[in-house]
Amino acid sequence: MKFIKYIMPILLILLSISCSDENGIEDPVNEVQDLLKVQEFTNSTHIVELFTESGMLSLGYNNITLRITDITSGDFVENALITWKPIMHMTMMTHSCPKSDVSKVINKQTIYGGYIVFQMPENNDEGWDLTIDYTIEGNEYEVEGDISVPNSDKQIVTVFTGADEIKYILALIEPQNPEVKVNDMTVGLYKMENMMSFPVVENYTIKLDPRMPSMGNHSSPNNEDLTFNALTDMYDGKLSLTMTGYWKLNLMLYNSGAELLKGEEVTETNESSSLFLELEF
Amino acid sequence: MNRILFIFIIFLSLDGIAQEQLTDSTKIVDLDEVIVISREELNNQRQVKPLSSIDEYLEKSSKITMIKRGNYAWEPAINNMVSERLSVTIDGMQIFGACTDKMDPITSYVDVSNLSEVHVKSGQQGSENGSTIGGGIDLKIQKNDFDRESWNFGIDGGYETNGNSKIVSSEFNFSNNKFFFNADGIYRKSDNYYAGGGIEVMNSQFNKFNISTVAGFKTGEKGSVIGSFIYDKATDVGYPALPMDVSLAEALITSISYQLKDISSFINDWDTKIYYNTITHIMDDTKRPNVPIHMDMPGWSDTFGFYSKIQAKKSNHNFLFNANAYYNKSLAEMTMYPNDPDENIMFMLTWPDVRTTYAGIYGEDIINLKKNQSLKVSARLGFQMEHIASEFGLNSLQIFYPGLDDYNNRFLISLAAQYDISVSNFDILLSTGYGERAPSVSESYGFYLYNSFDNFDYIGNPYLQNEKSIELNTSVNYTVKKFKIGIEASFFHIFDYIIGEIDPQLTPMTIGANGVKIYTSLDYANIFTTNLSASYDFLTNLNLFGAVGYNLGQDNNGENLPLIGPLNYRLALHYKKNFFDAEINMNGAAEQTNYSIEYGENMTEAYTVFNINASYNFYFGNNKLFVKAGVENIFDTYYSTYADWNNIPRLGRNIFINLSYVLK
Repeated sequence: MKFIKYIMPILLILLSISCSDENGIEDPVNEVQDLLKVQEFTNSTHIVELFTESGMLSLGYNNITLRITDITSGDFVENALITWKPIMHMTMMTHSCPKSDVSKVINKQTIYGGYIVFQMPENNDEGWDLTIDYTIEGNEYEVEGDISVPNSDKQIVTVFTGADEIKYILALIEPQNPEVKVNDMTVGLYKMENMMSFPVVENYTIKLDPRMPSMGNHSSPNNEDLTFNALTDMYDGKLSLTMTGYWKLNLMLYNSGAELLKGEEVTETNESSSLFLELEF
Repeated sequence: MNRILFIFIIFLSLDGIAQEQLTDSTKIVDLDEVIVISREELNNQRQVKPLSSIDEYLEKSSKITMIKRGNYAWEPAINNMVSERLSVTIDGMQIFGACTDKMDPITSYVDVSNLSEVHVKSGQQGSENGSTIGGGIDLKIQKNDFDRESWNFGIDGGYETNGNSKIVSSEFNFSNNKFFFNADGIYRKSDNYYAGGGIEVMNSQFNKFNISTVAGFKTGEKGSVIGSFIYDKATDVGYPALPMDVSLAEALITSISYQLKDISSFINDWDTKIYYNTITHIMDDTKRPNVPIHMDMPGWSDTFGFYSKIQAKKSNHNFLFNANAYYNKSLAEMTMYPNDPDENIMFMLTWPDVRTTYAGIYGEDIINLKKNQSLKVSARLGFQMEHIASEFGLNSLQIFYPGLDDYNNRFLISLAAQYDISVSNFDILLSTGYGERAPSVSESYGFYLYNSFDNFDYIGNPYLQNEKSIELNTSVNYTVKKFKIGIEASFFHIFDYIIGEIDPQLTPMTIGANGVKIYTSLDYANIFTTNLSASYDFLTNLNLFGAVGYNLGQDNNGENLPLIGPLNYRLALHYKKNFFDAEINMNGAAEQTNYSIEYGENMTEAYTVFNINASYNFYFGNNKLFVKAGVENIFDTYYSTYADWNNIPRLGRNIFINLSYVLK
């Protein structure tokens, strides 16, 4: 089973590549048709557009698509090498956040993708900006601008210090659209190396115990703890939701030596873990 | 097992206990029983009150006990087996309750105004209309025959002091040799009733009305078309034994049939019917104080079906063939409203839109071997397909059963043989049978169904095997002049007996529940029931009737099964002269010692209650006024029986009067 679990995504990717080869090239203009534009950044040579599914950036995990247009020719740039740097400007300091590399979206002509995990929201005095550096045929360019990351009423990302005194960031990635079923669950786990570096934490395990506080802390069966997936650099598990409503996903983080770093068992007397994420649907 | 056999032998060896009975039949006990309800017969029947609910009529049967969750919609049990193990039909029509908590047995959707008789059959004798383990109940709709031209109009009223209960009903009947028409309506309203000692049982009120019409016309010398329509609506029904009440229980039951009579010397009767019924059932807790969380629990059940039944006769063979099929859709939802109004509502499907398609054939032959012997053999073969139509529901169940298929097929077989012999004053009947039943929708597909009896949430199990039963029955009747005595006994050995088993891994959904049970199959369970009845005519007008019943049910570990009745008894002294009729009776039960702790039962105390009633028929020309009055639970005893859900007490003292006026 494990073998299939890891090999399946690869097979699917291969399959989709081979299919599209047969089907020919899509109309490039339509490559963002399922996405909504968040905003665009402009310099003297290019327009860089930012897309997400919701048309907004939000606290926690954001899957972001970029597209670069050459102002002079009006063409989309298909061969850029891109890096990005989100920065939080706090009153006393600045810091970045966990993020992926930006890479060309597989099987697409004009769009680039990656993710950013905003671990704190903006407020009146503090806010985020994003710098995008890109190279086209050896020439370097940069755009920069403020971005808006409003707060969320549910805890979809959490920053905490483990028993090992390391600061971690844990973000809910999936399910984005939870249903009453066994949902595939994915979280990202990052550690704060310094203010600007937040690498992926590998090979830990995260114990999962979803609960409904409004229903006397009802839990669900057949959940699977989250384990590291080296293919995606994320943690995958299974989340059973027996009904709609508000769910508190109680978590316990163990390092690769099976030492508990954060979180407590939910019991009759302990209603929830100090490490948790939330969802409501 | 040994204990069961021992008791069986003791009962068989008992004789010479003097008691008495009223009906003209020579048999005092019978595995097949007919309860007469028809208003036409309003007088000589052993009925407590003509405007009794159908539940009270059924409770008079020695075969049936009624499980009570309140003062309304009692659930019938035959041989200590309830709904899932019974085949309950209305004139052969399949109809399924829409409540996940069994608050609406089929019998709650008809009333005495609709019915002429109830046929009660034990075990596989009851498999004519569907698969069963415990037996069959067929409720016969009242209708006229094509007869000489006549009409009548009746109006009935009843009042009962306990619960301030009011009943009015009216009916109109017309018939001639080409056409007949019956229409009736009944309305019942009751406030909370009072248990013995004047203790008010909160949330025990109900309101109900029922209207029905049946009409038929002859299409030729042999053929006729008959249509029937029943609409039943209950509102504001309290269930004191449960955490929720019912704001609406509504049924529409319709059918149209084509009948051919005396087709040939071989075929006597050919009856083909198509039918449709739809039920809406809405549970409600808005009138309950202090609920941990408010919830709505509506359920729907729609059934389409048909049957075609042929009765035929050749020399000493009497055949009955019945081909039937139905399609049922059962859907139930639960919506819970969090105490924090900003939180989203919590929604689940408790019945995942299950579509059940059943098709089966039944055949029986009653062979008159000699003048005093007969043999009856019967068989039913059925195919059942279940489909989970809701993707939401399928996904929900896949939480428990990953990879669950949305289709499931089953074959169901029933076989029975019965031998009857009369020798001098004895009438002896022996029967045996094998039967199978499919798990019910709740047992297969229920999702967090709360059972207040054991305080557990139940999860269905789609992989359950069919439940299978081997049964042995016997009845012996002895009649000599004014004395009759009879004993009947049934023994069921049930394989793959379906029951809930605690899964300690699961946490309940219902706030405050003890845990979660998953339906599972025990290797086997044994159920034994026996009943001894006797009657004696002291004088022409005075008779004494007595009956004693005993039941035992155990699982494969020798543990008691739940809802098995203790030793119970009845004694009645009945006087009848001309138009006057009076009865005093006593009934009760011994302490329930064989209760099941595991399934949430506790010991039920012994009790005895006394009732008295009298009736008189006044004639004014063609018109008739029937008056019946009486007192139930004369000494206002506070008691509950083993069949009272969560030990809710039964009715305290109740004085009733029923009046029926018939104009012709």
